[in-house]
Amino acid sequence: MDLAAVVVYEILYTVAFLTLISAGLAIVFGMMRVINLAHGEFVLLGGYAAIVSHNTLGIDIFVSMLIVSPLVVAAFGVIAERLIIRFLYGRLINTMLATWGLSLAMIGGFTLIFGTTTTSIKAPFGGFEVGEFSLSGYNIFIIASAVGVILLIFGVLKFTRAGLIARGAMQDAGVASSFGYDTSKVYMVTFAAGSALTGLAGGVLAPLVGIGPTAGSLYIAKAFITVISGGASVVSGLIASSGFFGFVSQFVTFVTNSVVGEIGLLVAAVILLRLLPTGISGRFFRNRL
Amino acid sequence: MRRGARDGVVEARGLSVRFGGVAALDAVDFTLADRELRCLIGPNGAGKSTFFKCLTGVLRPSEGDIRIRGVDCVGAHPHRIAGLGVGIKTQVPSVMNGLSVRENIWIAARKRNSTREANRIVAETLERIGISDSAGEPVGNLAHGRRQLVEFGTVLAGDPWLILLDEPAAGLTAEEAERAVDIIVEMNDRAAIIVVEHDMHFIRQLAKTVTVLHQGRILTEGHVDSVLSDPLVRDVYLGKSQ
Amino acid sequence: MTARQTLTAVIVAAIVMFVLPVFFDVLNLTTFAAYALLALSLGFVWGYGGILCFGQTAFYGLGAYVYAMTAINTGEAWSGVFLAIVIPAAFAAVLGAMMFYGRLSDVYLAVVTLVVSLILFRFMNTTAGEQYIIGKARMGGYNGIPGYPTLHIPGDPEAYIYDENLYYFTFIVLVLCYLLTRWLLGSPFGRILVGLRENEQRIELLGYDVRARKTAAFAFGGALAGLAGCLYANAAEIVTPELFGLGLAAEIIIWVIVGGAGTLIGPMIGAAVLGYLKFVLGLRAIKEIFGKDNPLEAPLVFGTILILFILFLPRGVAPTVQGWLSRAPLGRGGPARGGQRRRTRTERARPNA
Ligand SMILES: Nc1ncnc2c1ncn2[C@@H]1O[C@H](COP(=O)(O)OP(=O)(O)OP(=O)(O)O)[C@@H](O)[C@H]1O
Ligand SMILES: [Mg+2]
Repeated sequence: MDLAAVVVYEILYTVAFLTLISAGLAIVFGMMRVINLAHGEFVLLGGYAAIVSHNTLGIDIFVSMLIVSPLVVAAFGVIAERLIIRFLYGRLINTMLATWGLSLAMIGGFTLIFGTTTTSIKAPFGGFEVGEFSLSGYNIFIIASAVGVILLIFGVLKFTRAGLIARGAMQDAGVASSFGYDTSKVYMVTFAAGSALTGLAGGVLAPLVGIGPTAGSLYIAKAFITVISGGASVVSGLIASSGFFGFVSQFVTFVTNSVVGEIGLLVAAVILLRLLPTGISGRFFRNRL
Repeated sequence: MRRGARDGVVEARGLSVRFGGVAALDAVDFTLADRELRCLIGPNGAGKSTFFKCLTGVLRPSEGDIRIRGVDCVGAHPHRIAGLGVGIKTQVPSVMNGLSVRENIWIAARKRNSTREANRIVAETLERIGISDSAGEPVGNLAHGRRQLVEFGTVLAGDPWLILLDEPAAGLTAEEAERAVDIIVEMNDRAAIIVVEHDMHFIRQLAKTVTVLHQGRILTEGHVDSVLSDPLVRDVYLGKSQ
Repeated sequence: MTARQTLTAVIVAAIVMFVLPVFFDVLNLTTFAAYALLALSLGFVWGYGGILCFGQTAFYGLGAYVYAMTAINTGEAWSGVFLAIVIPAAFAAVLGAMMFYGRLSDVYLAVVTLVVSLILFRFMNTTAGEQYIIGKARMGGYNGIPGYPTLHIPGDPEAYIYDENLYYFTFIVLVLCYLLTRWLLGSPFGRILVGLRENEQRIELLGYDVRARKTAAFAFGGALAGLAGCLYANAAEIVTPELFGLGLAAEIIIWVIVGGAGTLIGPMIGAAVLGYLKFVLGLRAIKEIFGKDNPLEAPLVFGTILILFILFLPRGVAPTVQGWLSRAPLGRGGPARGGQRRRTRTERARPNA
C-alpha cells in the first residue's frame, strides 16, 4: 500500500517535471512553429538566476524562483528573438540550427561566468515519511507549480484577449495580422512568455537538480520529445504527453533503474512518433486547446 | 457507348473522399476505356484534382474501389501505381526545380530503361516538346508555361499507358497550347488519357466524351457538343446551380 | 565524373597529403581526416539526399565501439574494420526504414535521430558494470574502452600501422571514400537521389520507391560514418561515450553548414579547419593568454560561428566560392532548409564537388 502511494507520488512528480520543462517550448512551438534548441540552456539560465538571486543577493527564495528567474529568462529570450530568431521565421530548420548555435554559445557563456562546477540551492521544505519510505516534500511544490502553469496557460488562452489572438495565430499565422496586430510583436511577446515559463521551470527545479553549464542536454531531449509527441494542441498535448512519458519512464525506473527509465522514455518517444506522426493531440485532440 | 466492367482501364466505383465535413468526392462511378481520351470538367472545387489524387495513390479515398487495369489500387503507394504505367501532370507544376530540363526528363526515362536508352529518349522527348534550346537550364529558372512543358516531358518520357493531365493548358501561350494538343493527340495512340481543363476551346479540340463533375458528383457525361450546350452545365459553370 | 576529373582529384589529394605533415602534427591530421570522412557522410546524406540527420554521431560512435570490441575479441584489426562498416550501415538501414516508411517529416526526423544518438550516449555511459562484457571486451561505461589492437598489415597482427603510416592510410581511405561517393552521385542512383531531394512527390509519381531509396542512402551514410569512427578509434586508441554526445553532434552539423551542404568537398574541408580551430582553442598557450576567464571557450566560439553562418551565409563557404568562380548569379543551394527550395545551377545535377 505504501509502495503504491510512493509509486503514484513519483509518477506525479515526473509528470510535473516534464510539464514544467516543456511548457515554454510547447507555447513557442505551438504558436510560432519554432523549435528552440537552446531550450535546455534557457532552463539553466533560470536556475542560475535563482541561485545568484538567492545565494548572492540574498533575495527571498520564492521571489527568486517565481519572479526573478522568469523575468531574467524572458528578458534574455526577447534579446535572442530580436537578434536571431526573428530573421528566420518560417524556416524551421534554420531556426533549429541557429538556436543550436545559441545553445552552444550559452554553454560557453555559463562556463565563462560560473565555471564548470555544478551549483545548487537548498530546498525550502524538508522531507516526510510514508510508512518506511521517506519522500521529498519539495516535490509537492513542483507538482503544484506544474498544475499552476497548466491552469495559467489554459486561463490565458481561453479567457483573455491575448489568448484569443494567440489561438488565432496557432490556427493560421495570418490571423493576427488580419486583425490588425503586428505579427512581429505577437511573436516577440509569445517568445517572451515561453521564455518566462522556461525560466520558471529552471527556478523551481534549481533546488532539485544540479545546475552546471552542460546540464541543459538533460532537459532539451525530454522537453523536445514531450512537445513534439504532444503535437499541435498546447494544453491537451502537453498534459497527454507528459502523462504518458512520465508514466512510462517512472514505470521502467521501478522495474529496472533510473538510467534505463530515461532510456525507456526516449525509446517510447521514438516509437510513439513512428505510430503517431502528428503527435498525440494531432490524433486525439484535434482543434482543441 | 456502354462498356462492360471488364474492358475499362480505369474503374472507379462509389468513390468518396471527405475532408472533415466536406465531401470532395461523393460516390463517383467512373469508367475509362483503353485508348480513350476523356475530358473531365467542372467548376473550381468540383473535386477533379482530388479524383486524380485518388487515382495516383496520393490520397486514400474514404470509401470506394479503384481498379486500374484490374489491379486494386486503393491504399497502394503512389510509386506502385506509377509503376503500373500511370503518368500524371499535376495542377501545380511538380518538377525538380534545382535540376536541368534534361536531368528532369532523364530521371523519368530511366525508370523503365537502361541509361543508354534513357539518354536516347531524353533527346527525343526534348525535341518533341520543343524545349531542346533550354535543355541545360535549371527548370526553376524557366517561365511557368515552359515548366508545364517540362512536366509534360517527364510524363511522356515514362511512356505510360494511362495519362492524367490536370489543367495542361493553364499558363501556356497559344502556340504552346497548340503544341500541347498535338502532343496529347499523339500520345493518345498509345495511351488512355484523362484531361482536366477549364479552357473549352482546348477541350473541343481534344475530346469526344466529356464528364462533368460538380460538388463531388458526376453531373453528366456524354458527347462534347451535347454536354457543352447543356443548360445545366452552363448554369453550374456560371454558379447558378446549387 | 570523368576519368580526367578523377585523376585531377587524386593528384591534388596526393599533393595535399604530402604537404600537410610539413606543417602539422600527424596525429592531429589523422584525427582531422577521420572528421572529414564523418563530414563527408553527413554531406552526402543531408546535402544530396535532403535527409536532415542531427544524430550522425550515432553511426560514428557505433563504428568506433564496434571496432574496439571486435578487435579485442579477435586480437586483430581487419575484422573490426569490416564490422565497423557493416553494423552501423545495418543500424542506419533499420532506423532509416523505420523513419522513411513511417513518413516522418524533416523536423521529426531531426528529433528522432538526435534522440537515438542520445539514447546510445546514455546507454554507453551506464555500461561500467560487470554484466556489460561482450566476449572479452568490457564496455567500460564513461571511461570507455582503451587498449584494443590497432591497425596492422593484414595477416600480421604485430606489424602495426601507426603515426605517419596511419595518417597516410586514413587519408587514402578518405580519398577513396570521396571518390566512391562521387561515383555514386554520378550513377543513376545518385542522380535520382538528387531529384528526390528536389521534389520527393515527383520522383514518387514517376514510379520510384522513395522510401527504399532514402533508406539506402541513409545506410550508405551510416557506413561512411562507421568507418570514420573506426579510423578515429585507431588514431585516439580509446573510445568513450563522448563519441555519441550532443557536443560532437553539433560540431558535425557546423562543419557541414560552414563548408556548405550540397557539396562534398565543403564539409570535408569544414571538418578539418574547424577541427583544427578546436584544437587550437584547447591549447594551453591560448588558455594562458586569458587566464581563468578565457572568452574563447570552444562552445562559445562554435556556437557563434553557427549562428553567424545561419544568419549571413546559410549556403556555406564552398557553394559561395563556387558561385563566384562560375560567376553564376545563383549557386547551388544545397538541400532545402526549412522548406525553402532554391533555384539552383544545373551542372550540379551531376555533382562536381
Ligand atoms: N487537403 C484538403 N483538405 C481539405 N479540403 C480539401 C483538401 N483538398 C481539397 N479540398 C477540398 O475539396 C474540394 C475539391 O477540391 P479539388 O482540388 O479536387 O477541386 P478541383 O476540381 O481540382 O478545383 P480546381 O478547378 O480549382 O482545381 C474543394 O472544396 C477543396 O477545398
Ligand atoms: Mg484542381
